[in-house]
Amino acid sequence: MNGRRLWAIVIKELRQLRRDRITLAMILGIPVIQLVLFGYAINTNLRGLAAGIADQSHTAGSRALVMDMLATGVVKPVAMANTPNQLMAMLRRGTISIGIVLPPDFERRRIDGREVAQVLVDGSDTAVQSAAAQLAQVPIDSAAPDTRAPATSTPRTGRISVVGFYNPQRRSAINIVPGLIGVIMTMTMVLFTAIAIVRERERGNMELLIATPLSSAELMLGKVLPYIVIGLVQTSVILALGTWLFAVPIRGSVLDVYLAAGLLILANLSLGLLISTRAQSQFQAMQMTFFVFLPSILLSGFMFPFAGMPKAAQWIAEVLPLTHFLRLIRGVMLRGASLGEMWTDVLALVAFIGVMMGAAILRFRKQLD
Amino acid sequence: MGPVRPMSRGGDIAIRARGLTRRFGDLVAVDHVDLEVPARHVYGFLGPNGSGKSTTIRMLCGLLTPSAGEIEVLGLRIPAEAEALRRHIGYMTQKFSLFEDLTVRENLEFLAAIQGISRQRTRGRIDALVEQYHFGERQKQMAGTLSGGQKQRLALACAVIHEPELLFLDEPTSAVDPESRRDFWEKLFELADAGTTLLVSTHLMDEAERCHRLAILDHGMLVADGTPAELTGKLAGRTFMVEAREPRRARRVIVDLPGVLGVSQVGSRLRVLTGVDAAGSDQAGGVRTAVADALDTDGQQAAVMATPPNLEDVFVAVTRRTSSIPERAA
Ligand SMILES: Nc1ncnc2c1ncn2[C@@H]1O[C@H](COP(=O)(O)OP(=O)(O)OP(=O)(O)O)[C@@H](O)[C@H]1O
Ligand SMILES: [Mg+2]
Repeated sequence: MNGRRLWAIVIKELRQLRRDRITLAMILGIPVIQLVLFGYAINTNLRGLAAGIADQSHTAGSRALVMDMLATGVVKPVAMANTPNQLMAMLRRGTISIGIVLPPDFERRRIDGREVAQVLVDGSDTAVQSAAAQLAQVPIDSAAPDTRAPATSTPRTGRISVVGFYNPQRRSAINIVPGLIGVIMTMTMVLFTAIAIVRERERGNMELLIATPLSSAELMLGKVLPYIVIGLVQTSVILALGTWLFAVPIRGSVLDVYLAAGLLILANLSLGLLISTRAQSQFQAMQMTFFVFLPSILLSGFMFPFAGMPKAAQWIAEVLPLTHFLRLIRGVMLRGASLGEMWTDVLALVAFIGVMMGAAILRFRKQLD
Repeated sequence: MGPVRPMSRGGDIAIRARGLTRRFGDLVAVDHVDLEVPARHVYGFLGPNGSGKSTTIRMLCGLLTPSAGEIEVLGLRIPAEAEALRRHIGYMTQKFSLFEDLTVRENLEFLAAIQGISRQRTRGRIDALVEQYHFGERQKQMAGTLSGGQKQRLALACAVIHEPELLFLDEPTSAVDPESRRDFWEKLFELADAGTTLLVSTHLMDEAERCHRLAILDHGMLVADGTPAELTGKLAGRTFMVEAREPRRARRVIVDLPGVLGVSQVGSRLRVLTGVDAAGSDQAGGVRTAVADALDTDGQQAAVMATPPNLEDVFVAVTRRTSSIPERAA
């Protein structure tokens, strides 16, 4: 690795980019337009949400209520807890989306007609919130028909209260904006590096480059570095507009937001490099990019809730960088979690980058055949 | 990394290839080529379109893997040691391969960095090249907006920026006018005098004539090689001119006569190349009489006179021998 050669590639890329008015305009235009377009989006019902249960009363009645809730199929139990605080910690880490609390004086409250249970909801996903509303409609006691909740989705229904965490007003934009950073990075970054190399092959520049002492690693890294900066600029645009237009909160640290974004940018740039070693033309590079882009949008949890997908789709989603990024960015921005608390997703992204970058450098041959 | 000095400058043979072959599917683009390029010479590759010039050059610089054969360039085995070779060669591709959206100077700066010229030396080297290759007032012009000839001049400047020992130039003057071509060749000879070995491909006879030595390629095969004088010398006595009032009519008469290898019209004259018989002995004398007789019989007045052979005749002579179906119509 020679610093002077690496730098020469970086400078060359930036000079070319500076003269490419249309690409420059898109770098800023895409985030702005997408943000406005996606700012208002819809969510659907879902099933099988990861739930934690804290049954503090341990009575036949409380157990029956839990069973009734599980029978709706909306939630599936993944953790048991003793106190509501433990549930809140799990919620924050993202291990559960819903917490069900049955207080010690469950029986007494039931007799008194007060709230018998609390459903704690990860409001950073609006779909989860609407699902929780279904839980609140579970009848407490067949002998007490008045406990049936009205069909509206008001947070307080009858005697089961739903407490939304992190997004109490249930505004879609709050979920969409952090996710949008990921979607835009996935759309533009993969294409940037994929095209950047294939274009040079098409224009004949590559034949010149591979006849020089320039190494594969220098070429690949030199192509990646300028676009990391561009990706971070795009991230800033979305964050700034998101806070200004939609009052999206950044509850965690801004540094974590940028670190997560940096990881996703690198992951996508590396994927683009790998595509470029395979694609013969810019058109092919574009097609391969969309081959990855569509599943990313559909399976990552950006469009449809992750929990609602069949197992196979979830496995595919686990391979996509966007899935992990969405968990990270929602955790940091909406739940105020730190990257350290979600280290598995960080690790997944780092591994993805390593594999893609390594494969791209190994696959790139300084040859024409 | 300690670059191995691949070969002392005193070495005599810069490029050696044996049985060099490259197939693309069923097509044999380069067919068992044996090559020896002496150091510090301008060596020409002459051949028509598709004869395998570019493919051979690409294999010699390690960009294409040969299907068969051995290559040694500057004492390095190619393609195994191609990476070590890359520091010592300059390669000017047939198609313009510099960055069209960078200026003349930016292209030079980029290549200087890539070729490992130190920051301190870069400025002086680029200034010298700009001066030498007449880019004075065009330094800030985008490479893509240069004229064809200017582009090739820039490509040459970029190829020699690190003063390589060996230069591969693939049809470097295809877009250059005759005037500038002379300048261009002046530069090539300067480089050769300074100790550079140059391998230049071309399909222009006048360029081939300037080379110290040349190889003629046809359908991927090396059909002749030697100095231009050696090559034309072999055809001594086999060429003559026919001056006729109606050259095209005369041509029709001559072209089918036995022993005539090629007839080409040069202005109002016809240039005739005669073949050799099975025994390899010259037919020129007999054919000349036959041509004169045939024209006489046809009622055409014509004068026949001797003329020295040129490389075009060499080319026709060696390619007619190898191609199974002689082209008569051309
Ligand atoms: N990558 C490739 N795949 C398939 N065929 C190829 C490839 N490269 C070259 N060829 C074929 O090999 C033959 C030789 O091509 P080459 O480019 O070496 O010719 P050339 O002598 O340089 O011709 P020109 O004067 O037109 O540049 C041609 O028939 C060409 O079609
Ligand atoms: Mg060629």
